Amino acid sequence: MTVAISTMLQLRGLAAGYDERWAIEGVDLDVPAGRLVGVIGPNGSGKSTLLRAIIGLVPRRAGSVALDGGAVDLRRVAYVPQREAVDWSFPISAEQVVMMGRYSRIGPLLGPGTGDRRTVSDALERVGMGELAQRQIGELSGGQQQRVFLARALVQEASLLLLDEPMTGVDRGTEETITQLMRELRDAGATVIYATHDLETAADVSDLLCFVNGRVVAFGAPDETFTPKTLHATFGGELMIMTTGDHSHVHGGGHHGAHSHADER
Amino acid sequence: MDFLTDPLALNIFRQALIAAVVMGATCGAIGAYVVLRRLAFIGDALSHAVFPGVVLAYVAGLPIFAGAMVAGALTSVVIAVVSRGQRIREDTAIGIFFAGAFALGIVLISTQSGYQRDLSAFLVGDLLAAGWDDIVVSALTGAGVIGVLVALRKELLLVSFDRTYAQALGYPVFVLELLLLLLLTATIVVSLSAVGIILVLAMLVTPAATARLLVDRFTPMMVLGAVLGAVYGIVGWYVSYYLGWSPGGSIVLVATLAFLIAFIFSPSHGLLAHRLRRHPQHSARRAAIDQPSGHDHVEAGEAVVASLARRHPPGR
Repeated sequence: MTVAISTMLQLRGLAAGYDERWAIEGVDLDVPAGRLVGVIGPNGSGKSTLLRAIIGLVPRRAGSVALDGGAVDLRRVAYVPQREAVDWSFPISAEQVVMMGRYSRIGPLLGPGTGDRRTVSDALERVGMGELAQRQIGELSGGQQQRVFLARALVQEASLLLLDEPMTGVDRGTEETITQLMRELRDAGATVIYATHDLETAADVSDLLCFVNGRVVAFGAPDETFTPKTLHATFGGELMIMTTGDHSHVHGGGHHGAHSHADER
Repeated sequence: MDFLTDPLALNIFRQALIAAVVMGATCGAIGAYVVLRRLAFIGDALSHAVFPGVVLAYVAGLPIFAGAMVAGALTSVVIAVVSRGQRIREDTAIGIFFAGAFALGIVLISTQSGYQRDLSAFLVGDLLAAGWDDIVVSALTGAGVIGVLVALRKELLLVSFDRTYAQALGYPVFVLELLLLLLLTATIVVSLSAVGIILVLAMLVTPAATARLLVDRFTPMMVLGAVLGAVYGIVGWYVSYYLGWSPGGSIVLVATLAFLIAFIFSPSHGLLAHRLRRHPQHSARRAAIDQPSGHDHVEAGEAVVASLARRHPPGR
């Protein structure tokens, strides 16, 4: 007996990138609704480009993207960019940053209503940032900043969430918060796609893994895809296996300083 | 209070004071974006680039406002197109065209008889030359600029703080950034009669920078910037009236002095406050504040121009 699985996000022959060199090519992907998908690949493999091409942040050169069979409605998608992309000295509070996630719902000319304010403070509580809501965004640690951006995605109440390396450069506590939240969102019916370096966490946390290196190398459940063959095809010689104590860590190489847990406040 | 009211007996002085207030408030409001997005160089470029438009309109007997707006808009587009290529960087393109446009204005005006006096009026302002027509146009334009800043406060804030996210939400980032440059051009045009082409940069930057030293949130910064700009206009104008100094120069000097005072004495960001905060009992708090990953690498001014050239953020 086969159960029909509804495809939420469908990519067909997608190519995207700037200038002559396309970062990804020939991407075919069917992402079912309500799944947590980890996108894995070395630096420059097109992980970010893949996420960004879905919402048109990187020019699409070929192929198509369909959300529930239609054009991508950006109001249904929440995107969490890599953390470095904003001006941290900007005179704006954590709460105000989160409120930006409500802007497209508030509509032109108007200001936020009490409902919006409640949604924002709930989201801040949920990511453990309730007490720091009034802090200027640059005064927060890296992990705290990432929680704020996560809260901003939460208040969009989106059905598809795209997170670009949310765990890079954050402390252990934030990493756990993010993992927990992604699971909760998935359980609530949303589709969550995130890019990561951390192979082991990705394999533990994700329902599906998508190995990327300029194209999709493999896509499926961790049991099926987390094999030496796909790892080699994705990372080539860049793969590092580090043994520390009784744990061995597998890292997609190429990023400096490995995985930083030094950001604890 | 006679010394405040005496000058206002004459129509021409009332007009001048109104022009100074409109200029100060408009510059101070949009200055929040100029400071935070690092548009000072672009503001300087635009102020020089409107010059040939002003002169041409003046010579042809057309509205100066229209001439300046057209020249400013044209220059924005030319800079954007030239910097699209890899070989010429945005700041280089800006440098080439703002000086080039300015030279064109100087040549144009030198072909007119009696140009010396007129030239200086354009360069440093001539408040007493403004008639009621000019005042009305200025006031309406200034109110229009501030009105748009208020109406689109969410969108402009979003694009300024995090343009990638604005794009992800489906906002027309390119249109909003172009709009900001056009508002900037309109502000510069409004300011020409009060402070002129050379000094307008100070009014675009100084009140907002002073406000930044005194408050920690965007909206208060913009409101305070507008209030400070208007106050500088009033104080500077009275100083020039009683001391016989150039009005434009006096207004800008007042602004500069006020900035220096805030820079030293601001309770939160002033030099003195920083000194005191080095004191041991405050060091714990400083440590918490100094920790952030303050990357300042986003050159927002370049980003605006770059986005006019290509409609996409830098690739990765």
